[in-house]
Amino acid sequence: MMPRAKLKAQKVEAANALLEGRALPQGGAWITRARSAAEKRVRELGLPTKRDEYWRYTDPRRLTAADVEPGALHDTQGEPPAFDAFDRVKLVFVDGVFDADASDPMALEGVEICQLSQAAMTDLHWARDLYGSLEARGQSPVERPLASLNTAYATQGVLIRITGKPEKPISLIYHRESETSDAMVHHVIRVESGAEATILENGPFATRFNQVMEVDIADGGTLHHIRAQGRDHERVGCAHFFARLGAGSHLKSFTLTANGALIRNDSVIWLDGAAGSAHVAGATVGDGAFHHDDTVFITHGAPRCESRQVFKKVLRRSAVGVFQGKILVNQVAQLTDGYQISQSLLLDEDAQFLAKPELEIYADDVKCSHGSTSGEIDSNQLFYLRARGVPEDTAKTLLVLAFLAEALDEIAEPAYAEDLRARLEAWFERRG
Amino acid sequence: MAVLDETQMREGVDRETVETVQSMAGTYKHGWETEIEMDFAPKGLNEDIVRLISEKNNEPEWLLEWRLDAYRRWLTMESPDWAMLNIPEIDYQEQYYYAKPKSMVEKPKSLDDVDPKLLETYAKLGIPLKEQMLLAGVEGAEEGRKVAVDAVFDSVSLGTTFKKELAQAGVIFCSISEAVQDHPELVKKYLGSVVPQNDNYFAALNSAVFSDGSFVYIPAGVKCPMELSTYFRINAENTGQFERTLIVAEKGSHVSYLEGCTAPKRDTTQLHAAVVEIVILEDAEVKYSTVQNWFPGDENGKGGIYNFVTKRADCREDRAKVMWTQVETGSAITWKYPSCILRGDDTQGEFYSIAIANNWQQADTGTKMVHLGKNSRSRIVSKGISAGHAQNTYRGLVSMHPKAKESRNYTQCDSLLIGDKCGAHTVPYIEVRNASSRVEHEATTSKVDDDQLFYCRQRGMDEEEAVALVVNGFCKEVLQELPMEFAMEAQALVAISLEGSVG
Repeated sequence: MMPRAKLKAQKVEAANALLEGRALPQGGAWITRARSAAEKRVRELGLPTKRDEYWRYTDPRRLTAADVEPGALHDTQGEPPAFDAFDRVKLVFVDGVFDADASDPMALEGVEICQLSQAAMTDLHWARDLYGSLEARGQSPVERPLASLNTAYATQGVLIRITGKPEKPISLIYHRESETSDAMVHHVIRVESGAEATILENGPFATRFNQVMEVDIADGGTLHHIRAQGRDHERVGCAHFFARLGAGSHLKSFTLTANGALIRNDSVIWLDGAAGSAHVAGATVGDGAFHHDDTVFITHGAPRCESRQVFKKVLRRSAVGVFQGKILVNQVAQLTDGYQISQSLLLDEDAQFLAKPELEIYADDVKCSHGSTSGEIDSNQLFYLRARGVPEDTAKTLLVLAFLAEALDEIAEPAYAEDLRARLEAWFERRG
Repeated sequence: MAVLDETQMREGVDRETVETVQSMAGTYKHGWETEIEMDFAPKGLNEDIVRLISEKNNEPEWLLEWRLDAYRRWLTMESPDWAMLNIPEIDYQEQYYYAKPKSMVEKPKSLDDVDPKLLETYAKLGIPLKEQMLLAGVEGAEEGRKVAVDAVFDSVSLGTTFKKELAQAGVIFCSISEAVQDHPELVKKYLGSVVPQNDNYFAALNSAVFSDGSFVYIPAGVKCPMELSTYFRINAENTGQFERTLIVAEKGSHVSYLEGCTAPKRDTTQLHAAVVEIVILEDAEVKYSTVQNWFPGDENGKGGIYNFVTKRADCREDRAKVMWTQVETGSAITWKYPSCILRGDDTQGEFYSIAIANNWQQADTGTKMVHLGKNSRSRIVSKGISAGHAQNTYRGLVSMHPKAKESRNYTQCDSLLIGDKCGAHTVPYIEVRNASSRVEHEATTSKVDDDQLFYCRQRGMDEEEAVALVVNGFCKEVLQELPMEFAMEAQALVAISLEGSVG
């Protein structure tokens, strides 16, 4: 076994090698400060390796490699993108670069939107104290150097400030057109006191992507976040979601992951004010040699908060599903209600489910629980449907959709849930 | 002892034995020290110490080489840091690795020749080394059962009871140092076959310096005629205890094994790094129960035993079965994961645990269920209780390998918090690599239920009694898996361990 000090030295060496000769992007004083600090963090933390406890079940090598492995584009066979039917403000990125022509005007009542690349050039911006701050705070107790790398070097992204209750959702759309694109995108979202909005995200992004979304929800604010990560098979990426919730604020975040060679979704939620609630959910469908990792870390840092994690994975043909979920309850966080469920349905003998559902609790007046199950389709349920004349394939699809429904139910607005559900149904019917 | 007066004692049972079982008052009961002249090896750890231990035990060359190999591997290893434990740096050169009562230098031929002071020590602990019915001398209890005892005092085994009766059944139950002399082929065949020398840092250390421990061999088809028990006592100061237990259950055999441990109250911490290996062959069944009550340190976190233990059972052949039951109330630090390797088809592993941490105790304990054989089954029930400033972690692994088709695991981990300065943590690892297996894991964390406390208080119980009753209820699922004598002791311990945690 390699000594720990040597391992750390290797990680730091790898980080220094990756950053060798790489200059920080140009920008105003505030963003340069944030970027320099982040670059320092990367050098101090080193690059992650599979030997890190936090990467126990997912090898980050393809995410940290200097070069991108080329990946073929995916034929969607005419399938419309997610959320296509909804009236929304579209902000389009192609291979991680903002496409102004394809995007809608950034005007919507109750919302201020601007591009990171423009804000970075100003001397003063509302995002000044926010950019990189939640990411920096999210480095403890678990290190996430890839997110620091993003803070330091990302030039693309949007800064969204929600001041009211906009009538339309804001939709971030990620097209992929290159077989070798390597994207780094950093968004900052601030939900002001009492404001409420929905952020949609969809699309395959890039051949490799590293995304950070920092979300700050002020007291009494509400954010709905619904993400449908596209189906491109040959792409790798990690998406970091850092959120701070003020008193009485609410967050609902849902992610649908389908295929993709390697996808890591890292959500770091900090309940900072009393009586907040955070719901994080995900549905994963893996059909083939795909690796999906949902890692969630929820910190209860204030009393009377509620958190909920619901993750469902359907896996077959060598697909690997990972779930690492943690509820940390600080000593001040009395009257916490924490719940977590992770379940997988393995449709054939090659699929794998690897889970580490954790509780770390320092307050006594709490109600926390977690459950995790794994198994195949219940033969009794299948028999029940078959006995009523439902063909086997249809019966299986019905049972799989019913299994995933619990995660989809976490989406507050039924229309979005239905959009994703119909999509899943079509996939299962097509692939059999 | 009003309770005692009302109790009719059965003949042949020490008064103190019954006291130990019944006493519900007082804090750590076993904190006294036996004043006895000891023969120490020089302080510190090096190859010469390893040679010395081997020489003192009159070991064959291969075992010395085995120890030295372990020592050299240990030198290249690092102390594990992944547990949720705050372990002060241990100076391995400040420990004695071998301590033997002077009177034991000439090995006594039988227990009758053992220094009466040593026998008294065990009598005081409620572990009678005379061959007699043990414990359970309480009116209304069932017939007393015979239990054979191997008593380990610091580094050496004092003797083993009921040897003759066991020999008639073909059962070998002796200290591992005796086994090395009398049954070298068995020891050579199985030692290190479940926990190899370089398994982990503490197992490597143990492999290098283990001085004694118990050896059990149950021949094919034999149901061991009585329960076997080892009682460990650390007495000497600054002395580490490194015992090694090896249990081999041949085809179709059956044995129940009990283990208990205590140590004197001291300001300084003491090291205990044990290894238990169990080999279970076709259709055999081993039940291993532990009540761990090492000195936990005082209410300010001073002193106590650092308990680093590697326990593993290998269900090597089809339909082998193992059951671990543990009640962990003592030790300043507990690092212990009794594991089951379910290698054969239709094998079965069970783990029932109560871990109580009070004052400044830290416990990181759990199990590993490694399913390799088809249709293997495992069950985990863990109850953790934290009070005072203690930290209590359940850490467990359930792994279903690709070939372990149609296997099954059920895990339930419940944690109870008493007071707002302690912590309760759950760290399960679930790895499912085949679809036909089913894995279910549930965990809850909560505080002692106010309604239940109110109910007890209303009926005239004081708060501490009420908490003890509620906690005993919380632990019931595990307590009922213990052999009767142990269950009584454990129940009393639960109450004692939580003393001072309320208010």
